[in-house]
Amino acid sequence: MSAVSTIALGIALIAALAWVFRLAGQKMTGNAPRFRDMPFGLAFGYILGALVLVWLIWAFVQSRSADLATANKFFFLGVAIKGFLLFAAAAWIFRLLGRHVGTAGTRKLFRTIPLTAAFGILVIIVYAILAIFANVIAPHGQDEILQGVAANIIPGSDPNFPLGTDQIGRDILSRLIYGAQNTVGIAFATTLLAFFIGGSLGFLAAVVGGWTDQILSRGIDVLMAIPSLIFALLLMTIASVWSSRLGIPLTVFMVLIIAVIDSTRVFRLARAVGQNIVVMDYIEAAKLRGEGMWYLVFKEILPNATAPLLAEFGLRFCFVFLTIAALSFLGVGIQPPLADWGTMVRDLAAFISYAQFAPLVATLPLLAAGAIALLTVAVNFVVDWMLQKSSGLKE
Amino acid sequence: MTEPLLKIRGLKLEGRSDETWSPIINGVDLTLARGEVLGLIGESGAGKSTLGLAAMGFTRDGVRISEGSVEFDGIDLLKASAAVKRGLLGKRIAYVAQSAAASFNPAHRIIDQHVEGPVQHGVMSRAESEADGIALYEKLRLPDPENIGFRYPHQVSGGQLQRAMTAMAMACRPDLIIFDEPTTALDVTTQIEVLASIRDIVKDFNTAAIYITHDLAVVAQMADRIKVLLKGDEVETADTRTMLSAPTQEYTKSLWAVRSFERPLKAPVVAGSVPVVSVQNVDASYGTVPVLHDVNFDMHAGRTVAVVGESGSGKSTTARCITGLLPPKAGQICFGGEVMPADYRKRSKDQLRQVQMIYQMADTALNPRMSVGDIIARPVQFYLGLTGKEKRARVDSLLEQIELEPSEYYNRLPSELSGGQKQRIGIARALAAEPKFIICDEVTSALDQLVAEGILRLLANLQDNLGLSYMFITHDLATVRAIADEVVVMKNGRVVEAGPKAEMFRPPHHPYTDLLLSSVPEMDPDWLTNLLQERGVDNIGDAAVGKM
Repeated sequence: MSAVSTIALGIALIAALAWVFRLAGQKMTGNAPRFRDMPFGLAFGYILGALVLVWLIWAFVQSRSADLATANKFFFLGVAIKGFLLFAAAAWIFRLLGRHVGTAGTRKLFRTIPLTAAFGILVIIVYAILAIFANVIAPHGQDEILQGVAANIIPGSDPNFPLGTDQIGRDILSRLIYGAQNTVGIAFATTLLAFFIGGSLGFLAAVVGGWTDQILSRGIDVLMAIPSLIFALLLMTIASVWSSRLGIPLTVFMVLIIAVIDSTRVFRLARAVGQNIVVMDYIEAAKLRGEGMWYLVFKEILPNATAPLLAEFGLRFCFVFLTIAALSFLGVGIQPPLADWGTMVRDLAAFISYAQFAPLVATLPLLAAGAIALLTVAVNFVVDWMLQKSSGLKE
Repeated sequence: MTEPLLKIRGLKLEGRSDETWSPIINGVDLTLARGEVLGLIGESGAGKSTLGLAAMGFTRDGVRISEGSVEFDGIDLLKASAAVKRGLLGKRIAYVAQSAAASFNPAHRIIDQHVEGPVQHGVMSRAESEADGIALYEKLRLPDPENIGFRYPHQVSGGQLQRAMTAMAMACRPDLIIFDEPTTALDVTTQIEVLASIRDIVKDFNTAAIYITHDLAVVAQMADRIKVLLKGDEVETADTRTMLSAPTQEYTKSLWAVRSFERPLKAPVVAGSVPVVSVQNVDASYGTVPVLHDVNFDMHAGRTVAVVGESGSGKSTTARCITGLLPPKAGQICFGGEVMPADYRKRSKDQLRQVQMIYQMADTALNPRMSVGDIIARPVQFYLGLTGKEKRARVDSLLEQIELEPSEYYNRLPSELSGGQKQRIGIARALAAEPKFIICDEVTSALDQLVAEGILRLLANLQDNLGLSYMFITHDLATVRAIADEVVVMKNGRVVEAGPKAEMFRPPHHPYTDLLLSSVPEMDPDWLTNLLQERGVDNIGDAAVGKM
């Protein structure tokens, strides 16, 4: 049986099941509106979803029953399902806690918060704690080379090094924790700088308009026309020469370069949001009162632009973060011996090919990548929730 | 009596706000016979539109029907399946929204949207429906009915679009049409055409209609019966004539009494006195498009000059010239005898202080992120240099002047205020600068009549106490009657007539003034019929303008 006919048969089976499901629902509930007005596509979706769920449960059982350290094609799926359930439970408990602890304001906030946003906030809090108290929490130093334990590459095999050690004997758990400090801290600083540059120029263009707006906007267009990662790579190559000549750490240049490149996106948003606010009557009233530029931008416009800018801040933070990781992966970002997630992925990348026969070993490079992914997802969940809150939509 | 077309019994609706459901409509009954027109009136927030939509078995997001029944021609719309409702809506029940401009899809031609319903419901073929559409356009007295449907929505005027939408609602010859404030956004002169068209076509096809509006005079022309709503409760229902002549409920009487506010006439201006603001030979244009042509008029201390005219007549542009937002191409603005710099950026702080403005849309005129106290305090601090306790005391006294309790409102945000209260804050902000002259740009047109009345009384009191001059931009002649001392009539960027109010309301008028005056709906249910007879039934509106 060819693949095409398998798929066709599968679809036909699901369609038949969906039809039976809807009919049965109508008969059993005495034609309740839920089943009576159910489109066929929805019934199809229910059945498809149910089948996928059944398969996932089956796969999960498979992944548990086999030997851990050896080949098992369901190993990563099993980890993903366990992780998902664990995080969901953690978020649920966190939200429950938030509803009963804290001030009246936060309790009210937690009553309406969706689970995804609770998860996002929880993850961000954990990352923040790790980043701030990295030197206290981490069992070893980030560049500390431990003698005699190099390349302990199976996580969990040595209780002293829960996640193992890398090729030259550095504790991976400690490096992951320090990585939070370095990567997240630098990303945060870069995003703030990008917002300061892009935001103030964008509002300026919106308020003044005319030639100022034209010159700024076209200049930004030119910067945006160059692919950002390649542009950053190019500038970093130049900067690496300067940094050794001037004695300024390369990291400072990296922050500046990424901030400028990312400020172009912020400029676009700030200008668009600003233009919508500038036409409001209260801005006209303030102009007619004789108010200066400073007051217009920071008292009248900025407070009304915080919601979209904050949402953009979350997204932009993720992009900056990924750019730094990408540059580090390419070798021009955060320099060794500083621990950085991007560099860690690169250093351990070779172990990926062990996935087929030793899945536990292959998780090594995925740990840092997972740390990046987790934060990115968490920030996006929070941003989505804030956007929905600020747009005043009711579901 | 035969079975009614629409029967609503004990209908209760709830709306969601912050996790809880609060009632919007508390048990309303409504019966509508075939071919009958029922007027639904009430203030905003009374639940008129919600009830109108519920009559179609439909609720907006965040609203639910908690109790009651809606029966249309024997079919219970609340229990009917989606398929049954799909068959009814658009075909037997149609809806005409307030803003035709926002309801048409701007990317498709009018006729393409018109034929959608009939073709979808299988009533007519596309060609038949197009021919029928042209016939309807003709019936609704749209100019050039053969071709108007082949234009895009932005290529026809607001009043024409509203009629095209009525034609669209008629496309399947429904049994029931719900009109949700179809003329509220239109000028008086345009409103007449739309009203007459709607009334005739509803009568010709014997269509039942629910006509939702807050304008009593309009509903008096359109409806056979009137139902008054207040905060989701029915106040009373009666025949139009009975309702107008003998309302039984206090609330209804108060609605009817609104139009009685009128200020005593003032003594004529002393000859030779220097006007507060004088607009002298002003020409203005947006880019290369000329908007104002040789505009001249004076405004004197302690007086109100009403500037009237339809939209596009240059009223607001004149205000922009006076404030300096749009420097005139020629001519000048004098303030207390001195020539003001044309551009507001070149005016001194004191010159800016003297001219203040109150806006039409209080929603966009107040910064939503600033508290009431901060909004009013800013000009106090900016112009008068008051800080700390002095500033707070001044703001409190201003809040008292606009009849709002300072302790209660000082820390509120604009979103926590009603429309009328927001407009009062706008007034307080203008007063805070201690000006001599205030431009009121359509300040009452977005408000309900009772609230608007309160604002007008407040402005009149402030004028008497503080000796302010107002330039009152409006298209509503009832407002002019209530508050103006002098009237300036504008059309196409020119002043066509100007003089004291008493003279303006006494014939003979300039033909345009005449058209404006006669177009203001009156409470008399026969007013529209008489007016149309006077003007000649076949050439209302468009033709009357053309005659001049």
